[in-house]
Amino acid sequence: MIHFNKFTLANGLRVIVHEDHTTPMAVVNVMYDVGARDEDPTKTGFAHLFEHLMFGGSINIPEYDEPLQMAGGENNAYTTSDLTNYYIQLPAENIETAFWLESDRMLSLAFSEKSLDVQRKVVSEEFKEHYINKPYGDVWHKMRDLAYSSHPYKWMTIGKELSHIENATLLDVKDFFFKYYRPANAILVVGGHVTTAQVKALAEKWFGDIPGGERIQRNIAPEPPQTAAHKLEVKANVPLDALYKCYHMPGRTGKGYYATDLISDILGGGASSRLNQVLVKEKKLFSNIDCYHFGTLDGGLLTIEGKLVKGVKMKDAEKAIQEEIDKVQQTVIPERELQKVKNRVESMLAFEDMGLLNRANNLAFYELIGDASLMNNEFSHYEAVTAAEMHEEAQHLFDEKNSNTLYYYAG
Amino acid sequence: MINRKIAPEIKDATAFDIKLRPYEKVTLDNGIPVYIIKSDEQDTLQLELVFPGGSWYESENLVASATNFLMKNGSGKYSALQINENIDYFGAYLNRNSHHEYATYTLHCLTKHFADLLPVLQEVILDPVFPEEELAIFRQNMKQRLAVNLQKCDFVANRHIDRYLFGEFHPYGRVSSMEAYDGLQIATMQAFYKQHYTYNNCKIFVAGHLPANMIEMLNEYFGKTKWNGEASIVRPEISIMAAEEKKFRIFNDENGVQGAVRVARPFPNRYHPDFPKMLVLNTILGGYFGSRLMSNIREEKGYTYGIHSQLYNFRQSSAINIQTEAGRDVCEATIEEIYKELRTLQQEIVPEEELHLVRNFMIGSILGDLDGAFEVIQRWKNLILNGLDENYFYNNINTIKTITAEEIQELAQEYLSPEDFYELVVI
Repeated sequence: MIHFNKFTLANGLRVIVHEDHTTPMAVVNVMYDVGARDEDPTKTGFAHLFEHLMFGGSINIPEYDEPLQMAGGENNAYTTSDLTNYYIQLPAENIETAFWLESDRMLSLAFSEKSLDVQRKVVSEEFKEHYINKPYGDVWHKMRDLAYSSHPYKWMTIGKELSHIENATLLDVKDFFFKYYRPANAILVVGGHVTTAQVKALAEKWFGDIPGGERIQRNIAPEPPQTAAHKLEVKANVPLDALYKCYHMPGRTGKGYYATDLISDILGGGASSRLNQVLVKEKKLFSNIDCYHFGTLDGGLLTIEGKLVKGVKMKDAEKAIQEEIDKVQQTVIPERELQKVKNRVESMLAFEDMGLLNRANNLAFYELIGDASLMNNEFSHYEAVTAAEMHEEAQHLFDEKNSNTLYYYAG
Repeated sequence: MINRKIAPEIKDATAFDIKLRPYEKVTLDNGIPVYIIKSDEQDTLQLELVFPGGSWYESENLVASATNFLMKNGSGKYSALQINENIDYFGAYLNRNSHHEYATYTLHCLTKHFADLLPVLQEVILDPVFPEEELAIFRQNMKQRLAVNLQKCDFVANRHIDRYLFGEFHPYGRVSSMEAYDGLQIATMQAFYKQHYTYNNCKIFVAGHLPANMIEMLNEYFGKTKWNGEASIVRPEISIMAAEEKKFRIFNDENGVQGAVRVARPFPNRYHPDFPKMLVLNTILGGYFGSRLMSNIREEKGYTYGIHSQLYNFRQSSAINIQTEAGRDVCEATIEEIYKELRTLQQEIVPEEELHLVRNFMIGSILGDLDGAFEVIQRWKNLILNGLDENYFYNNINTIKTITAEEIQELAQEYLSPEDFYELVVI
């Protein structure tokens, strides 16, 4: 049970306080309700590039990192398709430094041409490091484009192409900031060795006078149901053939999400999972295989990916995966196996909650999807899933028409 | 109206009184020491068994890591699948690791399942059988993984730079290879296991929310017998054979759009008085986001997504290693800038403001790292396995708080001369 208090400032900023007096530290987490799905299709990668610019100085403070380091703090940030999150950890005595820094960059950035210029280059190198200069690095680029016809999950958070990042202008930066980076569109979580009264006073003092802005109303049309299987063959300079299969699945708050999540664990969670045991250990068709999804807020992709053992034919590998999928569709999951995946979730949630930073981050996330208190009910949703529900979910999930297959051949 | 241009007051690093929480120590009936950090805030625990079974002790390449890996893949009573199912069923994680000195097995689980997991843990540690078929799968899958990794410039660069620093036959410089995987034999692994995974060589570290009868349970499963007999481990002398050549350029992928840059030199080990001081100098140079290297090469020039310098924590000898992946056509310029930063640290005294910031950052970071029982036991483990105690820890903190700019410059003059560094670019 994670305890917290919640209040909202007059400008719409939602504030959550999680007191934990067993630590000398404090964390300050600011989550903005904006991600790559909010981008213009001709200006992709912008939400993430913008995240970099948030470290390039704000209206009253020329350097973001320096004063924080001086206060003994560390920070980082990440951008996903759905959201952008900034977090700080520092000794609790110095917490006001975090309020000062975070509130000033919510008030306004410095919008420096130099910062934009450098970060365009830095992000280009990040793009190269992770997606161009790595074997199989372009898989998600291709798979998203194959699986989504219209939804903005069609492009990766880093951007569809380097040119979109290279062409970003300071005007784009300003528009984006004043549209999305407003108190009404943000959630502040403060955790650790702090009191609610103290946080209330600090939040009023530093964030209270920032103009609230408008809460974003998005109208992203859901990806229409897929009506025919998609397949793509690729040949690349890699040492091994690889196979990727993606199936459209419910979004984070959609009906059937928890059942689908447990199905992914049945197939690929842990060394004893079905795909690992049957395809790697028994049939020796894959040298590694995984089943996972990203828990996206809009409809996501349940993914099976594996690298083939040298000499194994693609069609034999695919057939073997299909046999495991058929089993999930045809036979109800045995009670003990269902209990296993539920036990794994219970444990995973407990370990996740150990870190103060994780707890703060999760509180912000659950608040973003509806209410921070959902965090404490999370396991009960998994506990309530029945084998019958999973069986039913598997029928349309693994419908051939819902599938996207990428055959990645070693060239 | 508040004045947003003025930073709030801060409490200074030197004012923080960092304490390393002491451990409890219990000895099992057969003499195995158990080091304990309790914490009842969560329902989780971590138990780690440590053996002197790292690569330092192997007579053939990869034997130590393969032995460590395959212990979990079949025991007298259970198949690999049964072991995995048992661990997965209780939502636990059983990770194995093998480094230069030590090999470990670490269990993470909910406290309520600890008793259910001990029987399978005992099987893995006391009675592994090393099935031929498991070795064949391991060999094939590791070779495939190696083939993929060998296409990555950073992976290739890491292998080469350690070879230059320590020599290809030294455990710190020796790397995996297809031939070494092919050469692995069950009999060699069994012998290695029997020699190194014995009761008298075992140390146990536990942390978290512990069951009241934990020691009785550990005695029941690990403390009753002299399992695997008594073996004395002699740490062999192995000498370093560093490369004579200093500059290397390797083309691994003709289409590569980035190069992996490594600039490195040997440095004395942690027992040397300069080591704690170098931790501070290394932080200034490339150990945090605001470091000299990051500020110049990422934030000023935009040559890379990140650049870091690192001080190895190896027992026999350490090294300073600067690493980055930079755009293909700016790799040489990156190396030039690295040398420029090294020379600046030799020629100019570090400004008081910067040193002050680094002190505060390092102390804040240690304070954060010590947050939680798992983190505290990790600190203690590193001290204990290196024959050190809390004085070493406090001495390091004292160095951070008191080192002067003059001492840092002297240190830079002694250790940061560009001509002493190996340099490597892998494209």
